[in-house]
Amino acid sequence: MIQWLGRKMARWFDSRLGLATFFRKALNHVFPDHWSFMLGEIALYSFLILVFTGIFLMMFFHDSSTQVVYHGSYRALDGVKMSDAYRSVIHLDFDVRAGNFVRQMHHWAALIFLAAILVHALRIFFTAAYRKPREINWIIGLTLLLLALANGYFGYSLPGDLLSGLGMRIGYSILLSLPVIGPWATFILFGSTVPSAATLPRFYSLHIFFVPAAISALLVLHLGIIWRQYHTNYPGPGRTRRTIVGSRLYPSYAIKSIGLFFLLFAFIAALGGLVQIDPIWVYGPFDPIASMPFAQPDWYLGWIEGAMRLLPPFNLHLGSYLVPNVFFSAMLFPMLVFGVLYCYPFIEKLISWDNQPHNVLRPPYLQPFNTGLGCAALMFLLILFFAGGDDVIAVSTGSSVVFIRRLLRLLAITVPPLVGIAVYVLCKRAVRKRQRQVEPAQPELTKVFEKGEIVVIDKH
Amino acid sequence: MREEPKPRIGRIWLLVAGWEMARSLAKGAGFLVAKPASPEGEARAVAAAAHYGPPHNMRDADIPQGKGVEGPQIGATILVAFAFLVGIGSGAGFLYVYWSSASDWLLGGTLALCLGGIGAALVFWAHLLVAHKEATEERPPMSSPEEDRQAVFEEFMEGKTDVRRRGLLTWLSAGAVGLFAAIFISGFRSFGTPPGPSLFDTVWKRGQRLVKEDGTPVSIHALEAGSTVIVFPEGSIGDEKAQTVLIRVDEAFLKMPRENPDWAPMGYLAYSRVCTHAGCPVGLYQKQAHLLLCPCHQSSFDVLRGAAPTGGPAPRALPQLPLYVDGDEILRAAGPFTAPPGPGFWGLTA
Repeated sequence: MIQWLGRKMARWFDSRLGLATFFRKALNHVFPDHWSFMLGEIALYSFLILVFTGIFLMMFFHDSSTQVVYHGSYRALDGVKMSDAYRSVIHLDFDVRAGNFVRQMHHWAALIFLAAILVHALRIFFTAAYRKPREINWIIGLTLLLLALANGYFGYSLPGDLLSGLGMRIGYSILLSLPVIGPWATFILFGSTVPSAATLPRFYSLHIFFVPAAISALLVLHLGIIWRQYHTNYPGPGRTRRTIVGSRLYPSYAIKSIGLFFLLFAFIAALGGLVQIDPIWVYGPFDPIASMPFAQPDWYLGWIEGAMRLLPPFNLHLGSYLVPNVFFSAMLFPMLVFGVLYCYPFIEKLISWDNQPHNVLRPPYLQPFNTGLGCAALMFLLILFFAGGDDVIAVSTGSSVVFIRRLLRLLAITVPPLVGIAVYVLCKRAVRKRQRQVEPAQPELTKVFEKGEIVVIDKH
Repeated sequence: MREEPKPRIGRIWLLVAGWEMARSLAKGAGFLVAKPASPEGEARAVAAAAHYGPPHNMRDADIPQGKGVEGPQIGATILVAFAFLVGIGSGAGFLYVYWSSASDWLLGGTLALCLGGIGAALVFWAHLLVAHKEATEERPPMSSPEEDRQAVFEEFMEGKTDVRRRGLLTWLSAGAVGLFAAIFISGFRSFGTPPGPSLFDTVWKRGQRLVKEDGTPVSIHALEAGSTVIVFPEGSIGDEKAQTVLIRVDEAFLKMPRENPDWAPMGYLAYSRVCTHAGCPVGLYQKQAHLLLCPCHQSSFDVLRGAAPTGGPAPRALPQLPLYVDGDEILRAAGPFTAPPGPGFWGLTA
């Protein structure tokens, strides 16, 4: 009966929209079997969870910085002056059923979203999946990462607690440092001062509408392109430039993927319920004359925070104009990082003079330069990340901030190149080892290795 | 008496899942050398497998159905059913918790078990009970056929000739679009007064009394040497940009610049409290070292030498507020800050 009804409905739609051809293709779409293709899915699903939980939070949040006096069920803040926004989040946390639970899930999901995008991008980088024809998706992916970073910042600025207030002021100072347009840019994003009555409504509309809309649009494009171009394949039998090997969407891949969504949601629910995050009632409301020690941003901005702390104090004077210190650490440096990443496929193409499409991935050890460079850059960012908490490190190790800062400056300059060279040498050795193993059995494989590309291995 | 083949329950799933995971990890790393998948082309397969592992990992569901092989399937079915039951049971638990105490711990625990049970069931189902058929497909070429590329260009050019009076009208339409963009961008004017003097000035001016947060004026007896208080210009308490830290130091330590020797009457020094690095309030004072510290990025400023930066990323001294003592022994500002307070910007002259 159900089958009959389903068939009937399918026919009804198909005679109006002609969907059967598409669905037939879709059900048979081939996806490669490898755990690392799951990383992008995790990012996608955490975005969905962010939307679900975010819609719930929207029902309770007030985007107003009007000063009010709190009289509510959280006695510790009774009679304290605070913004309406902060009061609404305190109300959510203490008086709304499951309110704090959903807010914590939302925050955890954001951290996981960023982590998944980062690890996904690393997988793409270290296997050279960004090569032709996938440069467009590499660019879209990087833009998604930027949007996610921005929206994370807008999001944790909303509650109006002391920590987020400091973050807002730092963000304001960074944007203000832009040469020529800085004052205008801050005026447009923050209003005339920070936080002014204008700031919160702007952040809020960006956080819940403009940026998520842009992320959704780019996600659709990202997935549409991957659908059109098919995934890459790890090297292996039968995997060539012109074939895709894996399992079909229906049934096994689809079931696994839906299962992954549930498992991820379960993980975020466990974190949201059991692990406290962003306890704004502990930080207290924002107060323009208060500051707090050990103020760190969410993890994904730690590298910028670290760069701000490690950069030696200097200002650049251009005639009667000024380029402030924070411009170099918090604007120019991230711009350079993303600039290099955006251009990377094209730089590589220029150097290698290679216009072929690549559908088989390059294992990391077969591209010693890329792998070495990637590891060195990661090391640099990791040291900056730790520098973002230099005060925490100093206190927990019982040494001085000055010493830790000097040590980290030294490490940031010396360790990444050493790591890069070590990885490069290890990769080269691995290639030679593999070559020795293969040569007796299969001479043409050696040739294949020299070009750094695997084509046909086994035709069975 | 013949023994019935016993169904193997449990244990399989752990082995299979663990093996699968280890295997795919190792395969990705290229560490695992596995047996060739087919007896044909031995040398070729050995070489290939030495690099890339076997083409496909065998699963229970790949074994053809027949006597003696139902076992694992029964075990797997029970496993999947159990996971579903855990999910459903915990889902009911979540509903109960939500309608009763709604504590975060219980909500998170039950929801995680509910979703985790369902997720695990689906993943086990897909791994253990769905026949894994490896599929190979031709990738369609990304570029269009050459004749289409040609044709689309020609048709576009052909269409272009059908449009008459092109030059003038194209320019006009471009102008219309440009004007539309200008109108669109002009919307920012609604945001209020454009930035300008507010970046440079604060409300401090000569003659204004220094008041504490509670509004009381600061007399010359207010502070001991080595202590500090936050002050504002009278009438602007809480003003973020005008916030000032008033410090009293022993006059013997002072190393005031030659051009303004009288800005520290009786050892009272007043500096802007907004960090010149990234705008945080410079909230800490180290009495012995006479240093003001910003907790955000650990910049430090030497109070005795005009709050010159001594460490950390801040590149500019904290602007100083000149002071004098009036006839009632009350501290007053002798003028505005020596420089615009707060983080640097393009138009800020040195």
